[in-house]
Amino acid sequence: MNLSSKDIERIRNDFPILNRKVNGSDLVYLDNAATSQTPKQVIDCIVDYYSNYNANIHRGVHSLSQQATEAFEVARKKVQQHFNIAHPEEVIFTSGTTHSINAVASGYAKLLNPGDELIVSALEHHSNIVPWQMACEQSGASLKVIPMDASGALDLKTYESLLSDRTQLVFCNHVSNALGVINPIETIIEKAHAVGAAVLIDGAQAAPHIKADLQALDVDFYTVSAHKLCGPTGIGMLFGKKERLEALPPYQGGGEMIATVSFEKTTYAGLPHKFEAGTPNIAGGIAFGAALDYMNSIGFERIAAYEKQLLELATEKLSIIEGVEIYGTSEEKTAVLSFNIKGLHPYDIGSILDQMGIAVRTGHHCAQPIMDFYQIPGTVRASFSFYNTVDEINRLIAGVIKAKEMLS
Amino acid sequence: MSQSISEIQEEIIDEFSMFDDWMQRYEYMISLGKSLPLIDENYKTDDYLIKGCQSKVWVHAALEGDQLIFKADSDAIITKGIIAILIRVFSHQKPEDIMEADTSFIDEIGLKEHLSPTRANGLVSMIKQIKLYAIAFRTQLNQ
Repeated sequence: MNLSSKDIERIRNDFPILNRKVNGSDLVYLDNAATSQTPKQVIDCIVDYYSNYNANIHRGVHSLSQQATEAFEVARKKVQQHFNIAHPEEVIFTSGTTHSINAVASGYAKLLNPGDELIVSALEHHSNIVPWQMACEQSGASLKVIPMDASGALDLKTYESLLSDRTQLVFCNHVSNALGVINPIETIIEKAHAVGAAVLIDGAQAAPHIKADLQALDVDFYTVSAHKLCGPTGIGMLFGKKERLEALPPYQGGGEMIATVSFEKTTYAGLPHKFEAGTPNIAGGIAFGAALDYMNSIGFERIAAYEKQLLELATEKLSIIEGVEIYGTSEEKTAVLSFNIKGLHPYDIGSILDQMGIAVRTGHHCAQPIMDFYQIPGTVRASFSFYNTVDEINRLIAGVIKAKEMLS
Repeated sequence: MSQSISEIQEEIIDEFSMFDDWMQRYEYMISLGKSLPLIDENYKTDDYLIKGCQSKVWVHAALEGDQLIFKADSDAIITKGIIAILIRVFSHQKPEDIMEADTSFIDEIGLKEHLSPTRANGLVSMIKQIKLYAIAFRTQLNQ
């Protein structure tokens, strides 16, 4: 059963921030790809933690510590179940996708050799490019790029020709943050595995819209940021297949990730602790679980169906404005609209929309290679969530028309 | 007798105080941008680019007698308006007056949101660059 407008009204009441005004107008928050808003269920969870059972975890014998530890590990299991991960120790809590990718890249930097090849897609966010460039610099491995086409799709034919027995790792986003295009990761994973390469999929933009089954995907690494899916900032997940994580050197050294320490020799802990040095974002981890509960209570299929409606409506209405160019025209997309108006700079449009209370993102969206491909300085990006409304889309369109009028 | 920096700033504050809402303010900035003294195309290079990640802004300065003359351009209209306001204030002034000038008028004309360092149109950088030019040319004048 699809989400009705009554459902959406009820959902919006869960988000205190949606009631606020910006520059005198009701807030229209369309920057969900940057970060999502937080429902009171998740806010309450964080307040509850700090009010009632804040304690350091995994180390204490006292009751508060045990309560906090249990809540944290229950959250880990929630993440495990949500993504259909085989073992809870394959769920590493990190501070987010960027941290997760850096952890894997830093480990690989120590394992790779000159002559080894890595393959990256042209659609990546800088967090899934830069750590690998660093790893290549350190190890002497080289980076190859799967090209994109004007619709925002990856050129799979070229991808196949880039794969060889020298390929160690392929990394790609599940969904492009700049364009909203959903990549054919099943094919990408299959072809990589056929040559013995591992695959890391950046799931940051996918996780709020797509419930990925990581065992079915057979992916080697998958990264998620909780703040994109109604959770708090500063927490995320790195999934890694057990054997992959066991083979990877640890990223950060310190407490928790050790078994024994002496000045002669230190041995490391097993999974997941090997990659969880120091005190984690305990409240964040617990709230991550609460965010998944919240979204699952609404249902990912219903969320996807509703967001598809919003995207179709917004795309249709935006397309009829003269001079609008939409980037990312692939059939398979999440609710992201990246566009420009001919002759106008995205910064100008974004500034005027902001004056009307409409929050969009402008610029290169940390995906400069995509902007270079289109030879543009950036785009205006409106990204929708299940708590946006048809009315808000109408306000966006009216705002874009107004901006165009003022700037021409 | 040409106007002082603070006189020009007062004038601008007066002009902006006439506006009731953001739309009028922005419309005015957009029109100011259209009268920006344009930088020579030859100077639209990285050397004259103000570093800011959203829009490109080029600023050129040259000495005429004991005054600094600024010319600029930007690929974003609102940024053009902002730099036009800055040039109106600082161009045709002595380097030492530019160096010592207060810039609080920007807040008073309601452009505070463009002052945030995270607002990558580089307004803070533009002012910094103008003042750096003033320091450099003042040194040149004293030699």
